[in-house]
Amino acid sequence: MKRRNFIQQTSAATAFVGLGGLSSLSIQPDYKKHITILHTNDVHSHIEAFSNNHARNPNMGGVARRATLIEQIRKENPNTLLLDAGDIFQGTPYFNFYGGELEFKLMSKMKYDASTLGNHDFDNGIDGLYAQLEHADFEFIISNYDFSNTVMDGHTKPYKIFHKNGMKIGVFGVGIELDGLVTKKLYKETEYLNPVEIATDMVDKLKNKENCDLVICLSHLGYDYNHGKISDRKLAKQTKDIDLIIGGHTHTFLDKPTVETNKSGNKVLINQVGCYGLYLGRIDFYLDNEKDVESGNLKIEV
Amino acid sequence: MNLKKLSIFFGLVFVFSACKENRYATAEILGKRIPIDKTIKADIAIEKFITPYKKHLNKTLDSSLVYNPKTIDKTQGKLNTAIGNLMADIVIQQAGPVFQNRSGNRIDMVLLNHGGIRAGLDKGQLSTRDAYALMPFENEIVVAELSGKKIQEMLRYLEKAKTAHPVSGIQIEMDNNYKVIKATINKKPIDINKNYFVATSDYLQQGGDNMSFFIDPVNLYQTNYKLRNAIIDYFKTTDTIKSHIDQRFIKKP
Repeated sequence: MKRRNFIQQTSAATAFVGLGGLSSLSIQPDYKKHITILHTNDVHSHIEAFSNNHARNPNMGGVARRATLIEQIRKENPNTLLLDAGDIFQGTPYFNFYGGELEFKLMSKMKYDASTLGNHDFDNGIDGLYAQLEHADFEFIISNYDFSNTVMDGHTKPYKIFHKNGMKIGVFGVGIELDGLVTKKLYKETEYLNPVEIATDMVDKLKNKENCDLVICLSHLGYDYNHGKISDRKLAKQTKDIDLIIGGHTHTFLDKPTVETNKSGNKVLINQVGCYGLYLGRIDFYLDNEKDVESGNLKIEV
Repeated sequence: MNLKKLSIFFGLVFVFSACKENRYATAEILGKRIPIDKTIKADIAIEKFITPYKKHLNKTLDSSLVYNPKTIDKTQGKLNTAIGNLMADIVIQQAGPVFQNRSGNRIDMVLLNHGGIRAGLDKGQLSTRDAYALMPFENEIVVAELSGKKIQEMLRYLEKAKTAHPVSGIQIEMDNNYKVIKATINKKPIDINKNYFVATSDYLQQGGDNMSFFIDPVNLYQTNYKLRNAIIDYFKTTDTIKSHIDQRFIKKP
């Protein structure tokens, strides 16, 4: 009862400072654990907001605004993870001029926890990516690129477990096949491994061996294709025990997360927020004692 | 001291056993997206941090490099446009010496794509920002050594495309049904037994815009020279832009 009161007050306070999109807080459910996942994808070096007279996205985006929003949400729930699904680089002269330094520094200032890699993150070559790593205070998580014979060897992680409010959140990452998308001389000896096989291994490790409470896949495979290419929707259906796929690459503007059914008949969420930092994705997970949660009765409100 | 240690020990045992017994399961999920719009106040510290980067960038982008006496864009002209001709000519002028140094050969012709002209150039002083707008992509200039047969395929492609794809070094005349009636390189008819050095972007060479005749060349030469950098370098070393619609790629009425 007390907690509800507190939440309602917080909600009123945030409404007062004029933050949009948080109004559903007042009906926040009362469970033991609350984990918030915030995410971006394909920001493509968009540092500044679009101008007022921009044809498609007038007065949208901007890192400084995103920082405010993230801080607000963190204040409301400190048990928050901030993730990116790749293609941080390329798209404005900021990248051409500074090679990604500013993008990484700003993400570090916003306290991103992790990012996976997109094809455009290789645009200045694997050496160009490596050169910027010193500016990133967050993890690069990618499970299906073998960097053994490259400068990136040892600088990425196949997965990472984050501890929030006593919960273990396992995060792994899958990247798109680089051949045909990026010139070989840029990605060099990076080896692409089958994302479905790797995801299956990762999930087994995170769910069964590490007993993670939540498993999140950061993906730069792309949302969906009408040909055979592996996508987030296909990955969701061909695997199990993933709770959330945070996607990128196809610049898909989902106005709400897609709910897919996995191999074992359970629900998986897929979310992607378009591109250029125009939106921030927010997924709130409420967990309770296993015995109190009726199986097969997961409530999803999107 | 001992008591403190003991209590920490029991504390840990309690935490450990609590974790083991209490497994958690997801009961409810809320998902949405939040627009980053003007209702959100910008973080001042972040803005301040960006400022020096932004200032340097704008100074470099906006310093004027060259004078453009007339506004040009890709809609002006039928099968060749002033802006397309300018871009294709820049490729020969800027990448020609690089290619000659590396291979000992001369670029015979250039083919770019009309869709790759991403902006017009306004009358007045032009800056690096204009070059970025004209060519925002990172494509590099490459030189493909193509057989005379592949050049013929290129002409068939242009017949179908009926589009002002920018060219330089080649002269093409079509009848009013877009059939090529005359095509010369270096003022000579295309020789089926000869190879030609064709400069283009790495994007098109890899089959972009369905230019399949580029995909499997006799030889492929990298210049490591970005198309945009070639344009910027040209702007820097030129006083006044001269660009015209001319007779290089025409259709008889």
